[in-house]
Amino acid sequence: MPLEVNGTTYETDEEGYLANLSDWSPEIAGALALADDSELADGHWEVINFLREYYEEYQIAPAVRVLTKAIGKRLGKDKGNSKYLYELFPYGPAKQACKYAGLPKPTGCV
Amino acid sequence: MAEIKSFVYINRKAPHGTIYALESLEVVLIGAAFDQQVKLIFMDDGVYQLTKNQDPEGIGMKNFSKTYAALGDYDITEIYIDQESLEQRGLSIDDLQELVYEDEDDDWKEKSSMRLVSREQLASVIDSADVLLNF
Repeated sequence: MPLEVNGTTYETDEEGYLANLSDWSPEIAGALALADDSELADGHWEVINFLREYYEEYQIAPAVRVLTKAIGKRLGKDKGNSKYLYELFPYGPAKQACKYAGLPKPTGCV
Repeated sequence: MAEIKSFVYINRKAPHGTIYALESLEVVLIGAAFDQQVKLIFMDDGVYQLTKNQDPEGIGMKNFSKTYAALGDYDITEIYIDQESLEQRGLSIDDLQELVYEDEDDDWKEKSSMRLVSREQLASVIDSADVLLNF
């Protein structure tokens, strides 16, 4: 189903992930979240921005275990744990956050 | 608890032209995400997979050589490079990107994952595998 933001239509796959990485903008992230009935707060943005930087550097979306460890290192132990990340992204931190970040689904994501 | 097995992946082909290198990398990342012990070997034309400054844009391919740098995050800390294969191609270890990991047991100190080895040493790595995958 295509996603419409500010009058422009963007292509997505059958699970709602953006088809073209380069289409992404913060407004699109907000619209993708809204489609899941969630709203993005600072905590979400920290993870989304981290994922976009990680993808830029390594060309992959990290597995959830790698994400959790890296978030802990960068943002502190209180955020680098499954409980915190699942509270932010109840559909699975890697899967859901990657979607809002405009990245493909992580490799090996179950 | 499930037994942790030792997986050894042998990478023998040039990065592009066939799908082997990229497929191997994806399987490696999936395997590592499931807490298996993983070792990688790069030999024959596979040593080209790790060369620095790759730019495959001209052939319409994603530059997945950047992804090798993430292997350390996936706790892959043993990457074996066949010295003879490098020499046959006029390459040295300096032509390859340096892959590192952070040692959790040593105050997250950054350490090299790269091990330049002889054919005899490779044989013993291969011998140590519970599961051997050849790409």
